[in-house]
Amino acid sequence: MNLNIGMALLLAIGMIGTAIMATRGKRSLGISILAAGLASLLASVMFLLLGAPDVAMTEAAIGSGLTTFLFFFVLGRVRRGEND
Amino acid sequence: MIKRFAVILLLLGIGAIFTGLMVNYVPDKALNVTARYYAEQTAPDLGAANIVTAIIVTYRGLDTLGEVTVLFLTAAIVGLVLARGSSDEAPARRDLPPPGELLLTGTRLLLPLILLFGAYVFTHGHLTPGGGFQGGAIIASGMLLMLLSHPLRRFGHRLIAIVESIAGLAFVGIGVLGIALAGGFLDNRILPLGTFGELFSAGAIPIIYTFVGLKVGAEFSSMLVNLSETEDL
Repeated sequence: MNLNIGMALLLAIGMIGTAIMATRGKRSLGISILAAGLASLLASVMFLLLGAPDVAMTEAAIGSGLTTFLFFFVLGRVRRGEND
Repeated sequence: MIKRFAVILLLLGIGAIFTGLMVNYVPDKALNVTARYYAEQTAPDLGAANIVTAIIVTYRGLDTLGEVTVLFLTAAIVGLVLARGSSDEAPARRDLPPPGELLLTGTRLLLPLILLFGAYVFTHGHLTPGGGFQGGAIIASGMLLMLLSHPLRRFGHRLIAIVESIAGLAFVGIGVLGIALAGGFLDNRILPLGTFGELFSAGAIPIIYTFVGLKVGAEFSSMLVNLSETEDL
């Protein structure tokens, strides 16, 4: 039980850290998108810890998988438009 | 300055609300009435090992139909908005960097496994965690891998549309069959419940979830394909 709480705390800190990185990060949009995906991945592990494997699968597949790549698709499209 | 102050105040307020929730939280010793009903009645009523699936597909099947409809509308709107800028001919004038060896070989190795895993997830929705939405999303991520490794390949919009339409019609059709043959809309007892815990059990749940998985996979895939084929909006 204590191990679970410790892991949940670590995950929560990681999620807050990646979320701040995603919203306030000054380096590049790509890194922000990756940080948002990482926050989703940590959230899915958190769901697994809380005993909700169904939600964890959805979060991992859609939140951290498809959405991240969707952002990259759109980012690439916007960049290509800028160069024209 | 006022803006910054308002943001900090808002954050503090949200923090206070959540702290209040957290401090007063006492875990229940036993399940409440609704949860106990589901936990006790799912196996004898519906024959599904995964209670979450039983609730999503049968007890709250109408809500699932609504979710699928929302997803369908999203895919349709994405298609509608992006279709204006799409170009079917001359895809080669895009000068994309070629996909790397790693991506190509990885796709060849992983794509069948990903698709198989997606199909496994939605056919075993009544036994193990996961189901139509998760399996569909996994299949769509396989499609995404294919799009990344072959950016110039054109996909059959017709095929995706046909799969999606048939899956949607079959989903609603099985639901209506439930009214005629069993207790109500989307009742899974139109087929025999079978042995608890086997693949062909829980009545119509595996069939319904297979169609939901195909529909969700087709919808996500059509969104991704539309996005990747759109140029010069």
